[in-house]
Amino acid sequence: MAFTNEQIERYSRHIILSEVGAKGQKKLFNARVLVIGAGGLGAPAAMYLTAAGIGTIGIADADEVELSNLQRQIIHTTKDVGKAKVLSAKETMEALNPDVRVNTYRIFVNSQNIRELIRDYDFIIDGTDNFPTKFLINDACVLEKKPFSHAGIIRFQGQLMTYVPDKGACYRCVFREVPPKDAVPTCKQAGVIGAVGGVIGSLQAMEAIKYILGTGELLTGSLLTYDALTMNFRKVKLPSNTCHCAVCGSHPTITELINYEQTECNGI
Amino acid sequence: MVDLHIDDEVDITDVVCPATFAKTMIALEELDEGQILSIKMNGGEPLRNIPRSLKSEGHQILKLNENKDGTYDLIVKKVGD
Repeated sequence: MAFTNEQIERYSRHIILSEVGAKGQKKLFNARVLVIGAGGLGAPAAMYLTAAGIGTIGIADADEVELSNLQRQIIHTTKDVGKAKVLSAKETMEALNPDVRVNTYRIFVNSQNIRELIRDYDFIIDGTDNFPTKFLINDACVLEKKPFSHAGIIRFQGQLMTYVPDKGACYRCVFREVPPKDAVPTCKQAGVIGAVGGVIGSLQAMEAIKYILGTGELLTGSLLTYDALTMNFRKVKLPSNTCHCAVCGSHPTITELINYEQTECNGI
Repeated sequence: MVDLHIDDEVDITDVVCPATFAKTMIALEELDEGQILSIKMNGGEPLRNIPRSLKSEGHQILKLNENKDGTYDLIVKKVGD
């Protein structure tokens, strides 16, 4: 494809980077990224991916926009309250960058639909807010051999890691099993500073962009934690536990997906 | 002096910074190492910055011609991939 003058202007700050150039911008145009969850993490991630000119972005979420979402979910606005999140997100994304094709999926992912959904995409962003779905996304991405970015936020803290097939630990290698339902607070029980979602969701978009460009180092085999109160970023090297992992190990016991119990809150 | 063989031309008078350099980089990416690009640019900011930016990327500036309409043709040889 040839760039129009308008596209050259829009993406000029990318194109003039030697790590991107016209070739890299074309890679971004040809890429397909799926954002699961249009909330505190998915909103900033989807907006930066859109602004960057990722050619096709899928966004999956079954919820509607609530007023309490707007403190952090910056892809939605006050007039969107009550609207399907995927529709509200699509409108913002198309207004931001008409070059991008937005596919909406007004669903919660589950063991029946997730594998087919992610098959169409090159990179997956986990922007969900609950452990059962995080494990589901991990297991599905391992089984389908899809790279993805895991992230979580709570209070003043956030964390993320990147999984690329055959390149270091998966989420299950590190966290093993879904914790008991009452062992962890949901977002309705615990607050979160909206900007923490902005920090971590933006880092997820950055990981997707680097993966597509094939430049730099990814957070594979590492977990990055962020504490906003102390302003500490810590990059923790993960043990390569893959040979014993139930899903990505050499003798996996998880070879197909099951539905974990869904917690009540899907707000982040 | 023998005229230089120009492999391709690009007109960046219709865009402003930083698209001027982006358009130049796109034209250069299309060329092979050692090929020669003629860049038509306005005086002022592009004339001050484009040659400097190209040099910092390692390319070789061969010649600068001033046209009668106030624009300039900068002749550059691509160095590296």
